[in-house]
Amino acid sequence: MVNAPALTRTTDEQAVWSIAATVVDPEVPVLTIEDLGVLRAVSVDGDQVTVEITPTYSGCPAVDAMRDDIVSALNAAGYAEVRVRQVLAPAWTTDWMSNAGREKLEAFGIAPPVPRGSVGAIGVGLGIRCPHCGSLHTRELSHFGSTSCKALWVCQRCQEPFDHFKAH
Amino acid sequence: MNHSNHVVSTAITPESIADSSLVAPEPVAQYALGLGDDALVLAHRLGEWITNAPELEEDVALGNIGLDLLGHARSLLTYAGSAWAKSEDDLAYFRDEREFRSHQLFEQPNGDFAATIARQLIASVYFVELYRALSASTDATLAAIAAKAVKEVDYHLDHSVQWLQRLGLGTEYSHQRMQAGLDAMWPYVDELFREDPFVAEAGDAAVDPRTLRTAFDETVPRLIVEAGLEVPSAPAVRGGGRSGVHAEAFGPMLAELQVLARAHPGAQW
Repeated sequence: MVNAPALTRTTDEQAVWSIAATVVDPEVPVLTIEDLGVLRAVSVDGDQVTVEITPTYSGCPAVDAMRDDIVSALNAAGYAEVRVRQVLAPAWTTDWMSNAGREKLEAFGIAPPVPRGSVGAIGVGLGIRCPHCGSLHTRELSHFGSTSCKALWVCQRCQEPFDHFKAH
Repeated sequence: MNHSNHVVSTAITPESIADSSLVAPEPVAQYALGLGDDALVLAHRLGEWITNAPELEEDVALGNIGLDLLGHARSLLTYAGSAWAKSEDDLAYFRDEREFRSHQLFEQPNGDFAATIARQLIASVYFVELYRALSASTDATLAAIAAKAVKEVDYHLDHSVQWLQRLGLGTEYSHQRMQAGLDAMWPYVDELFREDPFVAEAGDAAVDPRTLRTAFDETVPRLIVEAGLEVPSAPAVRGGGRSGVHAEAFGPMLAELQVLARAHPGAQW
């Protein structure tokens, strides 16, 4: 089983993928696990369905909820034998987040991750845009936020604090 | 992105390892046990800060760092346990003090916030160098755990450096407390980089800690001096964590870590 691009999936696999792809991140319910890049692969072997997901961070507790939700969603669709495997390699990166996912995040009030590698030779990070008012006049309040994947920022224009999904 | 050099579907995590056929070779399991204990013990110490940090953001930060480390511990202990048909919980909750292999740095009591930052600075640089090197392990599972962990510990290092500078270059009082924190933790540095018998057995699957010392010495003293502080000259402690020798504070910490699991064996959340 490989991290199959959509075109190489069989019809059966595509059907399973489409169902698994409806599961959302319990911490960021506007994002599906497909948007997040957490859903990596599916395979179908007779009645046995296997779904591979990758955790965002090593200790992320949301992974357990996602696994249960994948099993429930596939059971409800008539797949009785569902196995969810977690894979660590290759390591998850925010580069795998879809553009649709980035837009949904921003609309939800979370500043999406900037692409990695966008910081040049001089270590000056890009400004993070406030998801409330759009200003780039923002600053980091804390390196860490409400979940492993987020940092806490504040907008200097509208004064609102906001979560920023860390580039990883 | 080219992933062709990676093992694409190595099952590693605690939940999936039970139903996989992945079994660590004995010397690799022995090596992974020490690394897992390092991460577990430090994660527990950091968890003790929750509701006690100087500000809410630091409760969250230290808790998050601890959570990442706990994730590393779970993967490493599960993989180690696969060699002996033991679960991550068997290893974390049902071994006694002398069976833990963690280096003594990680069990050091939190002290004040500056002492915790000093411990975290030393730990983060060590972890960054270790996991960077271990990403090239000949053991695919250890390599995958390390490649994931290195991105996380690199971010932790950033947090420690920011506080090192803020406290070192802050007020006279914060400077004094930061220096005292470094002085208290410095004797435990040397042990991290000593010859490790389990490493020799594991061969190229493991990283010889002695090879990491140069990078540490090129990084940490520079960071300390940039923060206006002095590199401590305190002599190293005898150490012995890898062979189960621990400081007095380790026993009470372990008791707290294990009490619930031992009072209710097999209990489920």
